[in-house]
Amino acid sequence: MALLEVKELGISFGGLRAVDDFHMTIEPGELYGLIGPNGAGKTTVFNLLTGVYKPTDGYILLDGENITGKRTIEINQHGIARTFQNIRLFSELSVLDNVKAGLHNHYTYSTLTGILRLPKYYKVEKEMNERAMELLKVFDLEEEASYKASNLPYGKQRKLEIARALATNPKLLLLDEPAAGMNPNETQELMNTIRFVRDEFHMTILLIEHDMRLVSGICERLTVLNFGQILTEGETSEVLNDPKVITAYLGE
Amino acid sequence: MKVKALNKNTKNNLITYGMVILAYVVMEILMKAGMVSSLLQGLLVPLCTYVILAVSLNLVVGISGELSLGHAGFMCVGAFASAFFSNYTKEALTVSGLRFFLAILIGAAAAALFGFLIGIPVLRLRGDYLAIVTLAFGEIIKNVINVIFLGHDSKGFHISFKDAFSMNMEPDGEVLINGPQGITGTPHDSSFLIGIILILITLFIVINMVNSRTGRAIMAIRDNRIAAESVGIHITKYKLLAFTVSASLAGVAGVLYAHNLSTLAAQPKNFGYNMSIMILVFVVLGGIGNIRGSIIAAVVLTLLPELLRGLNDYRMLMYAIVLIATMIFTSSPGGQAFRERYSLKALLGQKKQKKEAE
Repeated sequence: MALLEVKELGISFGGLRAVDDFHMTIEPGELYGLIGPNGAGKTTVFNLLTGVYKPTDGYILLDGENITGKRTIEINQHGIARTFQNIRLFSELSVLDNVKAGLHNHYTYSTLTGILRLPKYYKVEKEMNERAMELLKVFDLEEEASYKASNLPYGKQRKLEIARALATNPKLLLLDEPAAGMNPNETQELMNTIRFVRDEFHMTILLIEHDMRLVSGICERLTVLNFGQILTEGETSEVLNDPKVITAYLGE
Repeated sequence: MKVKALNKNTKNNLITYGMVILAYVVMEILMKAGMVSSLLQGLLVPLCTYVILAVSLNLVVGISGELSLGHAGFMCVGAFASAFFSNYTKEALTVSGLRFFLAILIGAAAAALFGFLIGIPVLRLRGDYLAIVTLAFGEIIKNVINVIFLGHDSKGFHISFKDAFSMNMEPDGEVLINGPQGITGTPHDSSFLIGIILILITLFIVINMVNSRTGRAIMAIRDNRIAAESVGIHITKYKLLAFTVSASLAGVAGVLYAHNLSTLAAQPKNFGYNMSIMILVFVVLGGIGNIRGSIIAAVVLTLLPELLRGLNDYRMLMYAIVLIATMIFTSSPGGQAFRERYSLKALLGQKKQKKEAE
């Protein structure tokens, strides 16, 4: 069974049809790319999938469950986590606390337990610290655990965002332009990290990206979006050689 | 590294508690030695009140990142609810400790209830809009309390929003809340020691809450609302929680305040927006989000006008100059650079480096 199944998805902002008749099927463990020129509606699709916008039409099934129109936090609890195009970290919190905030719904104790420092507080906090450090280790961030998130260099902030998303224990990870603003070396490192996350966590990943080296390097299948509609979809190599796609990116 | 970071945090908090206790001990010794003027002695309980208010407002302004200007309103609720309770039960409950303990609980609960009810609609707003609305709510609370007449006689409670006669009480009736004249005859249960204990309890609640899962969620929402939602943090719940806890602690401050006066009346001076703004000044000058800073700012700014009394007419001028100087020192780029260069840590670090070099 497909992990994510999207059918006839659409949204209108007043008279503007931002996304129309969008469909997509992602199998478990797949690395899927969503590409298209600027303003094609890629991030809008992400926002629809994560409940930031409510779709006007269509439906979204995650693991067979209908999550159409649910709120962001409910969708997160169903198992979709995301990163953002413009990095959104908890900038004043430490690197460790950023990941621990991601663990919020998985390691719980009540506010009163926290205030009164009952034994459960120490136990759960210890487990949280261990789990968070494990995740930071994967992303080679354990040295910086006590740094303020906003003091990290750009590339590491991207990684921390992925670590935080993984902390919510998702089934599907959405990455919105993970390589934006990275130099070729950093991009190469990121590609390795993404592949590692997929293999190590058995994660299914859907990503938006403009960097064709990254897209052709790691994505197995692609959907190309143009003016809110699907231009083409299929295996990466086929799609990237499609004259329609080249025209959409470079013009006639 | 991780362990070190945790220790640093705990150490920091212990310093805060220690500072309060030390201040108490020093003050007690000075009082025993008769070196404290009666004017200053009279300021001690209000001082504790202000410290509690500043710390509790810091929970909303610094930790939750929302500007609230209605804090005096919650203090007012706590003050009146508890003063009413103490006044009503002062014959039945003669043990002043127990009565005051119950009064604190009632004041805190009443203020928390108001904070919760006001928070539901108000926390949909942000920034300046939230500030304006909370300011209005603070004023509304004060003005409503000013028109309440409440009495008790053999037939039970009577309430009126017009005047004391409209309550139609029996001759044996007693007016408990007398509109603009407020509540008179509240037992004098507050003391400096109780104030210090309440400060410590407030600190315990706020510091432990901030350094827990709840505090992390609240600060995550402050730093990035959209991202917090995307990792499954319930925005409304945690915002409301911070606001309610803060209101309830302000209520406790109100209880302390009310039981230090023989006549409690809701006037612009004590429960108006001037008060709310003064608390905000404590928080801002102490450093937004810095709990120890709030305490120091509250103490210094309350004592300063008294210490400057010798300057007579120039007193408020000096007060303003001190405010401006503090702001420059704490917040301007030049001031920050100066502090970094000459901070205790930096100076000690230099010594260490020198030692290592030797």
